[in-house]
Amino acid sequence: MAEPVIPDFGEASDCVAENRLFCTDWVRENWDPVLQPALVEHIKLTVIAVGLGFVLSLVAALLAHRFRHVERPVAFLSAVIYTIPSLALFQLLVPVTGLTVTTVEIALVGYTLLILFRNNLAGLRSTPPEVLEAARGMGLTSNQTLWRVELPLALPAIVAGLRIAVVSTIALATVAAFVVSEGLGGPILGALRLDFRTEIIAAGALAVGLAILADALLVLAQRAVTPWASARRVT
Amino acid sequence: MRAPRQAVEIVFDHATKRYPGRTTPAVDDLSMTIPAGEVCCLVGPSGGGKTTAMKLVNRLVELTSGDVRVDGKSVTALDETTLRRGIGYVIQQVGLFPHMTVAENVATVPKLLGWSKRETDERTDELLDLVDLPARDYRSRYASQLSGGERQRVGLARALAADPPLMLMDEPFGALDPITRTRLQNELLRIQDELRKTIIFVTHDIDEAILVGDRIAILREGGVLAQYDTPEQLLAHPADDFVARFVGADRGLKRLSLTTLDEVELEPANGLVGPLLDGQTTLRDALSAMLTDGARAVVVDSGDGTRKQLTLDRLAELLR
Repeated sequence: MAEPVIPDFGEASDCVAENRLFCTDWVRENWDPVLQPALVEHIKLTVIAVGLGFVLSLVAALLAHRFRHVERPVAFLSAVIYTIPSLALFQLLVPVTGLTVTTVEIALVGYTLLILFRNNLAGLRSTPPEVLEAARGMGLTSNQTLWRVELPLALPAIVAGLRIAVVSTIALATVAAFVVSEGLGGPILGALRLDFRTEIIAAGALAVGLAILADALLVLAQRAVTPWASARRVT
Repeated sequence: MRAPRQAVEIVFDHATKRYPGRTTPAVDDLSMTIPAGEVCCLVGPSGGGKTTAMKLVNRLVELTSGDVRVDGKSVTALDETTLRRGIGYVIQQVGLFPHMTVAENVATVPKLLGWSKRETDERTDELLDLVDLPARDYRSRYASQLSGGERQRVGLARALAADPPLMLMDEPFGALDPITRTRLQNELLRIQDELRKTIIFVTHDIDEAILVGDRIAILREGGVLAQYDTPEQLLAHPADDFVARFVGADRGLKRLSLTTLDEVELEPANGLVGPLLDGQTTLRDALSAMLTDGARAVVVDSGDGTRKQLTLDRLAELLR
């Protein structure tokens, strides 16, 4: 840093003392000790939850694509999990897994499954029948058809599912603060108890900003991996 | 470049397909031989089993009884993916892979067969040129950037990629507008003239069958072979009422369209007045020209300065 920062632990600024709507000095002072660590934890919670949820739902979707009878039980189970309120789900899990990140992640992963499973499966089933017939007729095995044709064509639906899952998980991960002090939920919850407006707004804005940024990145990623979808007509 | 492969003979030997739960077979005891290098059109009304019969060859449909032999070997002797990689397959809806470029689509089977990249690229460019899509303009396009006719050209190039001795074509031009269809039919004839593949060509359009087929097999409901013959024989001597109705009341005119003026013996011109035509004109168009002009003959410039003629009476004799 160019100029030395002298932390003033003794007394709060007027802005903070009067609990005005938004105090930039508080944000500047608390970025390193509070907000930034919470943001990093929040990103970790989200990445692990969506990552695990994606792997599980993709395996389930691949199974359901190959074996039709797998679809209904998986769809039913993921829908049931989705209907359980998050706080109630924490209540159910805490006796088993304790006040740990594991508890939070189980819940977050659970909530991604419905959206991801449905989108992955819809994507895998979106290959036009004539494309499948051509693939068979040319002598692609069913595994080759899956990897070279069905999965690439499923990408738009898969990424669409990931976008919803990431945004909703970023929002939902704030509730993790009820179980462990991780993520942006910590500062929000603490500030709610104290009715400290600056901290609520700052942490809330970070969560919203993170969601918007993540969504934008996924849109760019989708364009990069599905060049055919944006190909323009050449005349 | 790999040496072009010799075309193969296809034999249907009492080939029968029954679907479970159906009373009538889809293909019933079909026996016929398609000589190497010929185009055999399978025609007939819907429900005649023509597509089913074609799919018996690459085992997209499995035989119930009987056999289909390609180059003397039963199709059931090979595993189905190996069999299919050796048979070009073209369908009406084309089925291009939308996420692959034109070049990647064409390279599908060579890639499965493990050709080197250089060999595959060379072959791809050569084929795109063959189907009249300049490789430089077309190789990196996607299917969404092609017209219907261009898509089917790519479909044809893709089917020809690994130089299969045998091609199966299921109503390949059925979804195209009439002008594009005619153009592609002629291109297919030009390519076939060059490559001499054995081709099974399914169509419901008897005129298309007469144009592209060296032989035509007419299947009736229940998958029964009604007649298997050259277009000329089929039109001149339909085996029964069904075939006669199927080829149409204008079969005499259709026969005329099989032959051009150059291919018949003409008389020296003896002063009869009639329209002057090119030797490439079909007899059907020659007749039409006579009717249009109210003439009783057409005149052909034979190239060596002399003129020859074809009279209405002679035309009628030719049909007998």
